[in-house]
Amino acid sequence: MDVFLTTWKTNFLPPFLEPLLYLVAMGLGFGVLIGQVVYEGQFIDYIKFLAPGLIAISIMNSAFFECTYGSYVRMHYQKTFDAIIATPLSIEDVITGEILWGATKSLINSLIVLAVVIVAGLASFPGLIVIPFIAFLTGLMFASLAMIFTAIIPNIDSFNYPFFLLITPMFLFGGTFFPLSVLPSWGQTTALLLPLTHTTNLIRDLSFNMLLPVDLIGLLYVALLTVITFFVSVHLMKKRLIK
Amino acid sequence: MRAVIRAERLRKTFDSLVAVDNIDFEVNEGECFGFLGPNGAGKTTTMRMICCTSPVTKGMLEVLGMNVTENPREIKALIGVAPQENNLDPDFSVLKNLTTYARYFDMPRQIAQDRAKGLLDFMHLKEKADVLIPDLSGGMKRRLIIARALMNEPRILILDEPTTGLDPQARHVIWDKIRELKSKGVTVLITTHYMDEAEQLCDRLVIMERGKILVEGDPKRLIDEIIGMGVIEIANPSKELELYLEVRGLASERVNDRVYIYTHDVDTVNRDIMSNFSITFSAMRKATLEDVFLKLTGRGLRD
Repeated sequence: MDVFLTTWKTNFLPPFLEPLLYLVAMGLGFGVLIGQVVYEGQFIDYIKFLAPGLIAISIMNSAFFECTYGSYVRMHYQKTFDAIIATPLSIEDVITGEILWGATKSLINSLIVLAVVIVAGLASFPGLIVIPFIAFLTGLMFASLAMIFTAIIPNIDSFNYPFFLLITPMFLFGGTFFPLSVLPSWGQTTALLLPLTHTTNLIRDLSFNMLLPVDLIGLLYVALLTVITFFVSVHLMKKRLIK
Repeated sequence: MRAVIRAERLRKTFDSLVAVDNIDFEVNEGECFGFLGPNGAGKTTTMRMICCTSPVTKGMLEVLGMNVTENPREIKALIGVAPQENNLDPDFSVLKNLTTYARYFDMPRQIAQDRAKGLLDFMHLKEKADVLIPDLSGGMKRRLIIARALMNEPRILILDEPTTGLDPQARHVIWDKIRELKSKGVTVLITTHYMDEAEQLCDRLVIMERGKILVEGDPKRLIDEIIGMGVIEIANPSKELELYLEVRGLASERVNDRVYIYTHDVDTVNRDIMSNFSITFSAMRKATLEDVFLKLTGRGLRD
């Protein structure tokens, strides 16, 4: 039944061009200056190192954007949630639908980036087959996290806070543009607290076909954070909307 | 007659504010039942509890024999809700708004399509089927919201201020449609600020204030009992006139520079007054529900 909710939102043009520009500018342009980086004891071309990071960023941005600005507009301006809860659906159904939709957008957008990465020969079988599943799973995590902010912000401008204080640091320090091993140990530990770091690690290790023990911890982290943020966001949304 | 909605000692509080204060009422099958009251009286809160979108704080509320706390999904499948706010989806066409809504009721596609077309016809929106929502007039949006509320062929139709902000033509079309639905056996629940609307449509109504029900009954009887047949309005009454009214024991009310006299025998009273006092302005008219409303709820503003 929740799947029906997704059909409500059909008007979007995914900003998938952005990661591609990064791949060209940072990977090809910047990559010439850098050459190779050391990742888990191996020398890897910079562009090959960067590509999985861009997939992870597109997962994060798609779900987070959809379930902050997208959901807020539907909730606050279009009153879509009010319209739906007048039908047999409950607010839990609506929020679940929104989060599933956010994860679906992560999946769609990351598939587009993944396709480019595959065409450019920057990821390899069989690991890359698993990437879409990870994309959806981590998409659920970012969507649920976003929904918490949507439930608590007083107005749409306040989304600047999570974007500048959470998304931008993750974008830069989530193992996306450089190996975390160059950071001091406190920096590495801090990075491991961020959801994007685990997303990037999982996708990078899958594209290189090297599964590490740390990835299992990453998977556990993602599963746990998804469950927690999901229930917290549903609870906060009920508190906001059911009066 | 069978009650389709039953409330007993129904109560709703928001923190320290008592929005609905231990009210009892019953709505019978097939009637048009109105909730009237100034802003903040608790009518919309009561409606929202009936629609299962606002939890009951205390007391009992049953819709179609089911408890709103225990069976919200089942109840919501059988009622149609036309909210006060426009919450149509601006990205969809008129027809698509109806068919998308139908999916939340788990309605098969073909049935939804057929019903949507039938309802657009019924609500005079047939030519607008492919138009986007922002291109509709206010009256068309209201009609579409009512059409949407009818998609699941509800047994109870709930209308929250269905004609607020509409021009007279649009209001009359909506009134006609409400009467037509009633004749088909649909129970209609309505909140409104327009007394003529309530007088026109409602078989029975309640007037609420500060979370309580002040009176309940059919509008004509309420007017008769509370106000009388007619009203005489007199501008700038003299002290002597007011004294005269008191001595004669006539029900009257002084508001700023006017005095309103409520009586069953408008003609006689008016003739007496005219022959005894010099009056600059007076008017006689039939008593309306508005007189009842203002008499019961007072004339102070509710901001």
